[in-house]
Amino acid sequence: MKRAVKTVWECVRTVTGDNAYDRYLQHHAENHRGTPPLSRREFYEESMNLKWSGINRCC
Amino acid sequence: MGNRILGVVLAVIAAFAVGGIALQRDEPINALWIITAAVCIYLLGYRFYAAWIMAKVLSADPTRATPAERLNNGRDFVPTHRWVVFGHHFAAIAGPGPLVGPTLAAQFGYLPGTLWILVGSVLGGCVQDMVILFLSIRRNGRSLGQMARDELGPYGGFAALIGTLMIMIILIAVLGLVVVNAMRHSPWATSTVAMTIPIAIFIGFFLRRIRPGRVLEGTILGVALLIGSVWLGGVIDHHPQMRSWFDHAGAPLALAVIAYGWFAAILPVWLLLAPRDYLSTFLKLGVVALLAIALLIMHPTLKMPAITQFVDGTGPVFSGKVFPFVFITIACGAISGFHALVSSGTTPKLITNEADARLAGYGSMALESFVAIMAMIAATLLDPGVYFAINTGAGVVGAAAHEAVATISSWGFPVSVEQMQELAREMGESTLFARTGGAPSLAVGMASIFSSTFGNTLTSVWYHFAIMFEAVFILTTVDAGTRVGRFMVQDLIGQVWKPMADTSWYPATLIASSLTVGGWGYFLYIGVIDPNGGINILWPLFGIANQMLACIALSVATGIIIKKGRIRYAFVTGGPLMWLAFVTTVAAFQKVFSDDPKLGFFAAANDLAVKFAAGTLPEAQMKVAPTLIFNQNLDGWLTVFFTLVLWFVIGDMLRVAYCRLTGRALPGSSEAPYQPTKLNGVTGEALHA
Repeated sequence: MKRAVKTVWECVRTVTGDNAYDRYLQHHAENHRGTPPLSRREFYEESMNLKWSGINRCC
Repeated sequence: MGNRILGVVLAVIAAFAVGGIALQRDEPINALWIITAAVCIYLLGYRFYAAWIMAKVLSADPTRATPAERLNNGRDFVPTHRWVVFGHHFAAIAGPGPLVGPTLAAQFGYLPGTLWILVGSVLGGCVQDMVILFLSIRRNGRSLGQMARDELGPYGGFAALIGTLMIMIILIAVLGLVVVNAMRHSPWATSTVAMTIPIAIFIGFFLRRIRPGRVLEGTILGVALLIGSVWLGGVIDHHPQMRSWFDHAGAPLALAVIAYGWFAAILPVWLLLAPRDYLSTFLKLGVVALLAIALLIMHPTLKMPAITQFVDGTGPVFSGKVFPFVFITIACGAISGFHALVSSGTTPKLITNEADARLAGYGSMALESFVAIMAMIAATLLDPGVYFAINTGAGVVGAAAHEAVATISSWGFPVSVEQMQELAREMGESTLFARTGGAPSLAVGMASIFSSTFGNTLTSVWYHFAIMFEAVFILTTVDAGTRVGRFMVQDLIGQVWKPMADTSWYPATLIASSLTVGGWGYFLYIGVIDPNGGINILWPLFGIANQMLACIALSVATGIIIKKGRIRYAFVTGGPLMWLAFVTTVAAFQKVFSDDPKLGFFAAANDLAVKFAAGTLPEAQMKVAPTLIFNQNLDGWLTVFFTLVLWFVIGDMLRVAYCRLTGRALPGSSEAPYQPTKLNGVTGEALHA
């Protein structure tokens, strides 16, 4: 039961993008060791600009 | 085996539900029949047709690495769980379209629209979304325009780009018109919608400065503030002084929306667009879920007849016969070309396994179609007289209340002035007559569903909550669309004059934003000053543009299927393409060549010009007549243009098919080469089950 709640919570965080920075840090640690990662704020601004430069909302 | 049993059970339930709808033709029908039929049909389509297309037509391969895996950069290319992708994709495709279209099409009765929503989505819209998503996954997440260029040729690609820009402009104008009509002389709605702007900006600061990237915290805070703004709007509405600050006619409100769109396009995204989108997505998913639950609890009886006399083309909400105009009016919810842009945008970069395209593409569209079904139910559970009183422009039934009710009652849908006054009082509005555009009548429907389900109270708060909900995500589409339109304008002009293509050069941003906003602002303003409500003109134009875009997407898909040597399966996308091209062309033909000024654009322009020259128009209309005449002519030429683009792309696809069948030279496939997946525990389902 506790595990199910946790899975759902993680799913909600992923869909909303709430844990996007944590996932970025994990990706960075695995693939780009040695270079400093972006700060939380830099990452947020950059991902917003990336997200809104194409069509991702519809009628 | 279990699969087959499930299929048989679903088919039997669907048959019973459809039979129930068909046999109860002369008595009121319960909405549960429609909901049951819809859910079973979606499940059947998903379980069998979509799985068959994935396996046989597209040859989805669960062992093939997707771009999310190969190009994983931790940002836009990220392998994501399929239910998360489903959520993302549904949030991206679900807009105001499936709420407005069915509400307008309800003038034909509930049956034509409902049938088209079900058949169109299962065989057309869901297939389009899934196939385009799949093709884009195979091509490293390329956009529809790029795929058209790569697979058909430069002309097809250019047509897709122009078509996309045009539809964006018409779309924003028509949605802006829907919001303006909902706010016109409604201080409660106007003040609530106005408050959403500072709330979004505050959340923007919150997410950037105070708690960077804490999306859930920001969203929950923002939604609480939005609900507070609905309450505060009610307080303002009851205060005689403050009330007057927000009581405006259509034209100033339209100018305000245009100014807002311009600022939203040039401001940084974190300030307004991103936070507004978080709030609107949250509200959208919440309201869709709440509406589904409330409909199940309330299970209302539909009061609209199955088919009304307006199938003959004399309808007051919009003109034109049920064929072809039901297929044009309901685009989103059945098949929407716009979805092809989203399916070839962010989503293909998130898919972990090719097989997941079925859930994200087909599944999301089935859910979107279900939203359209709920909108149809919300419109048809109203008394038909009330529905027509809200949705008919003053130019059709007369501006005075007693005139309007007399006309509408004479159609066989009795309604009285007292009934409309009582309803308006209940909803906290001064009047509900001639609130065209679909949003107010949907809000009345939703308010009656919610208030009767949750204890018959607070109807006026529910009504303005529904208006706020619609306005918030329409304005998100206005923001996002203007921004994308700006990039497209920069791209187009940049091909002739290089500096314009530089997105970081501020003057280029200003020029491109002004051109985009000027484009949709023009159509919005004309729509507002048009005495027949504007929706009458703009919605069919939007429908034709959207179906043209769907034809482009389906042409690209059919061309690729034929190039791969699968011509015997070309009907999967070719069938919907032929049907759409047919209905769109017939509709466009009628809009261009009809002699009836209510239907034909040029006929309307001539009719108005004759009356203007003779001086027989009412004084208020004399002033705007030259503008309206110009606009009707422009709309006529636009329709001609859309039809030409549509057939041009189909011709290009047929050329590719001809070359393939006769063994002539063709541009090669732009598919990325096969690489095996390294991800453990492949998330795809067994394909050949």
